[in-house]
Amino acid sequence: MALISDGRFIEDAWRRLADEEALPKTGKFIVSLPRLEHAVEVLGPTATFGVIVPNTTEPSALIAALPRLDLISIAFPAFADGRGFSLARLLRRAEFKGELRASGRLVADQYPHAIGCGFDTIEIPDDLADRQDEEQWRSALNAYSMSYQRGYAGRGSILEARRKAARS
Amino acid sequence: MTAHDPEAMRRPNAPMTTYRYDEYDAAFVSERVAEFREQVRRRLSGALTEEEFRPFRLMNGLYLQLHAYMLRVAIPYGTLTARQMRRLADIAEKWDKGYGHFTTRQNLQYNWPKLVDTPDILESLADVEMHAIQTSGNCIRNVTADHFAGVAPDEIEDPRPTAEFLRQWSSLHSEFSFLPRKFKIAVTGAAHDRAAILVHDIGLRIVKNDTGEIGYQVVVGGGLGRSPFIGKVVGDFVPREDLLAFLEAILRVYNRFGRRDNKYKARVKILVHEKGIDEIRAAVEAEFAAMDRSAFAHDSEEFERIAAFFAPPPYDSLPATSASLRAAKLESPAFANFADVNVGAHKMPGYAIVTVSLKPIGGVPGDATSDQMRVLADASERFGFGELRVSHEQNIILPHVKQDDLLTLWRMLDAAGLATANAGLVSDIISCPGLDYCSLATARSIPIAQAISKRFSDMSRQRRIGKLGVKISGCINACGHHHVGAIGILGLEKKGQESYQITLGGDPTFSASIGEILGPGVTAEQVPDVVEHLVDYYLAEREEGEAFIDTWRRIGHARFKDVLRREGEDGADI
Ligand code: HEM
Ligand code: SF4
Repeated sequence: MALISDGRFIEDAWRRLADEEALPKTGKFIVSLPRLEHAVEVLGPTATFGVIVPNTTEPSALIAALPRLDLISIAFPAFADGRGFSLARLLRRAEFKGELRASGRLVADQYPHAIGCGFDTIEIPDDLADRQDEEQWRSALNAYSMSYQRGYAGRGSILEARRKAARS
Repeated sequence: MTAHDPEAMRRPNAPMTTYRYDEYDAAFVSERVAEFREQVRRRLSGALTEEEFRPFRLMNGLYLQLHAYMLRVAIPYGTLTARQMRRLADIAEKWDKGYGHFTTRQNLQYNWPKLVDTPDILESLADVEMHAIQTSGNCIRNVTADHFAGVAPDEIEDPRPTAEFLRQWSSLHSEFSFLPRKFKIAVTGAAHDRAAILVHDIGLRIVKNDTGEIGYQVVVGGGLGRSPFIGKVVGDFVPREDLLAFLEAILRVYNRFGRRDNKYKARVKILVHEKGIDEIRAAVEAEFAAMDRSAFAHDSEEFERIAAFFAPPPYDSLPATSASLRAAKLESPAFANFADVNVGAHKMPGYAIVTVSLKPIGGVPGDATSDQMRVLADASERFGFGELRVSHEQNIILPHVKQDDLLTLWRMLDAAGLATANAGLVSDIISCPGLDYCSLATARSIPIAQAISKRFSDMSRQRRIGKLGVKISGCINACGHHHVGAIGILGLEKKGQESYQITLGGDPTFSASIGEILGPGVTAEQVPDVVEHLVDYYLAEREEGEAFIDTWRRIGHARFKDVLRREGEDGADI
């Protein structure tokens, strides 16, 4: 797996826990959705953990755990399956402040979409990373100077810029 | 002409009757071109697989067809300037075979571009503030509108500012670019629906409430394709300031819950059908209520900014009727026919709306050569403030012509083979490309349109028949709108043979209905005979003032079915 953040391939500080693995005492780790409730119950307030969820998850299923979670990874079963984009928006609307990660075979050209919906990082399989190097992700990130929508991070909003220009 | 022609950029549209890009729009579109150029390069280098490249090329209007690529250029809300029309003509000559095809969704298709040329074509379009963004793919498609927008006497409000507002909002939407399936929005602001809003994924109808406030009736889940549906009302009166929030709520519900397991069931119409409109409305309302609407607080200002571009042109003040027009009609019967059939009422006294038919007898519906496009551009500059429209019936509209100028205009059009006086008549056929171009086709459709058109080549007979919508699709995807044709024709394949299924009673307007099947399929050769029998029967049965569809509604489908059965028994083998 390769991890992209701010247009660069970075080392992943997080470890995905297999379901049969015991919950560690320290380190950053990611559990699957069925184990979330148990993890919240048994882990102390200082534990750093996240969850990976299918893109069909109802946000309400995560609400109770949100304040405890440092990372939510949303699985993209196929790159053209856009449900994860809406789920990301809903989690940001629910005031999730931690790292939001898209995990799957996303292609570089979808990077601005992911950022606009509130994702921070993208996790892709190695074979894809071999074909689509850092350069392609960075240039995708910078392909547009602004967007027509009001997104979360990165590009400025054309609407805002127009309003500013009209006021000045 | 090089791909990039800075001269063309400096020449303004004169006067302003439609939206003009500002620096942000221009930057956005040219960044899009650069991005696509890069995508083509990466596809050729292998960085992108064909599967990965596909959605991105589609979102730039590039299809793989039967024989070649096809590039679909957006003509947002059907409005074009003379300058843009000339550019379309130039592109057709330089990179295609000297013609283009105007489609039912206010797009223009080039049938023979090369993949390597498409970035240059897009750059050339960007010079004149055009693009091919989201004319295909599983995203929000080019937003269409009434082609008589701004000039129709029955209008509450020009729908184009709304459509432009939505064009911008939907362009490269970060959340809604990977929907379960394509998503089509149409807007009308008039008492009569000329935009077929009830057969779109979302139809918007501009309405006025009791207090005189403007808002939108929002209809969802209409569509044609293999399972046709008439849209249902999801919002009765959505105030303008809530429009985007409301649409985002619908799109979010669709993006999350629309089916993705089967592409034939992935349209929002199926979601609405399976869940029921009440459940969908509840879900949309819940989503809308949960949204942070402060993000949309300044939409109204933006709307006003856009609306200002669509100011009416500087009309002369004229008498309501033109004496010279009356005299000209008396003098030339051919002109009189044109004036009676292709010229419509305009909201301004002394002006008229002219429909230029792209359906010459025996021609390919919707095709125009580069020369014809240039004639149309010239005509619009001489007689109509340099503005043109494209209708979903695949015709071109000159929206502001002085009645006094109609005769001169007609002569000019006639000389270019553009004066066929058949707007709305039986030979004004909507047809998809069918087997001649399309890889999905199961039968030919263009040759069928040509045969019907030739069968009714007697124009006086056409006028006697009156308004009649014939619509033809080359497979069940229904690109030719056959479901909403008063006479619909669907080309299928049965045991290796083309077989045409005829439907009657379709209607794309506010009184929308889906056509009913007439009987077993017929052969290509029989189609004109069947249409002729149906028309003759209608002529025999009609009452004063009834159009084909009215008679069909009054006397019922069964009677029409009977006729054909009887014809069949007579040995006509239909
Ligand atoms: C290569 C050419 C084309 C292909 C492969 C194609 C493909 C399709 C498909 C698969 C559908 C059905 C979608 C669904 O129901 O989910 C469809 C619908 C449609 N297409 Fe095309 N099409 C082509 C050309 C055209 C042209 C030339 C026009 C206009 C003249 C057009 C206008 C439409 C319209 C209006 C629909 C309406 C059905 C709906 O949206 O419910 N298409 N097309
Ligand atoms: S209706 Fe069928 S044949 Fe005609 S253009 Fe659409 S997909 Fe092709």
